[in-house]
Amino acid sequence: MARIAVVRFPGSNCETETLAAITRAGGQATLLDYRETSIGHADAVILPGGFSYGDYLRSGAIARFAPIMDAVRAHAEAGGGVIGICNGFQILCEAHLLPGALLPNAPRRFAARPVDVRIERTDTICTGDYTAGEVIRIPVAHGEGRYTADAATLDALEAEGRVVLRYVPVAGTDLPFNPNGADRDIAGICNATGTVVGFMPHPERLADDAIGGDAGHRFFTSLVSRLAAGAAA
Amino acid sequence: MTFRVHVRVIPRAGLLDPQGQAVEHALGVLGFAGVSEVRVGKAIELGVDAPNAAAAEATARAMCERLLANPVTEDFVIAVEG
Repeated sequence: MARIAVVRFPGSNCETETLAAITRAGGQATLLDYRETSIGHADAVILPGGFSYGDYLRSGAIARFAPIMDAVRAHAEAGGGVIGICNGFQILCEAHLLPGALLPNAPRRFAARPVDVRIERTDTICTGDYTAGEVIRIPVAHGEGRYTADAATLDALEAEGRVVLRYVPVAGTDLPFNPNGADRDIAGICNATGTVVGFMPHPERLADDAIGGDAGHRFFTSLVSRLAAGAAA
Repeated sequence: MTFRVHVRVIPRAGLLDPQGQAVEHALGVLGFAGVSEVRVGKAIELGVDAPNAAAAEATARAMCERLLANPVTEDFVIAVEG
């Protein structure tokens, strides 16, 4: 069975939903304390949403140096699966496991609403059960989600197909669809092998029809089946 | 000895600074005319034990590069007292 650890930092607040989403997708979910120095027998690690260390200094800047992060880095560099959701994405960028940075939202407000995102890449560790080009509606909840990187990095991400999720216009409206002013409407990216993935939206918050929809469920089924197949050992 | 070190961290020029925009707007509302290009950063003050000011500055630079500033989005300025 796919074993997936969810790291709880001081200030994480999405770990419970993330654990539940993994379980619902058929994975074995375990909570991993940030003071640990090993990921144990986990096949993949998820850094969940929240406000680790109170977002002091910059989102993710201090969590990046938490004791568990050396083991997370080693797992990522060995080709293991590592996923960062929202604050987890910020931590992965601060840790330089993914390029770029996440800045305060351009519209000067916390963005807490559904967004439409297009699945740009399906051969990552957590998007295999979606169809390339599929648009799903899932929530965002962040004050600092404006993805940015220098032009050369952005061009490389595009050329290498490393944009995983992109905000797209909502059919039938002309409302602002990019909730934070992210460069090139980027909502999520991955490393070259698709095994380290970070994104701002919260699929774990919409992974069960009992709470209003399951558009995010397949991130977790994708991860579980990919790990079960051993493709990201 | 202990040196008092002042670090200023500023959003990189050319990057949108929503906080600076909001402050600029508020200043205009208060009647302060002719205010432009407001940017909001952070001031960090440190006591650093070092043999001399140059060493204290070098230590602070290493701190900025590792933690205090994000090299992707921020610039920093270091001033050592004394």
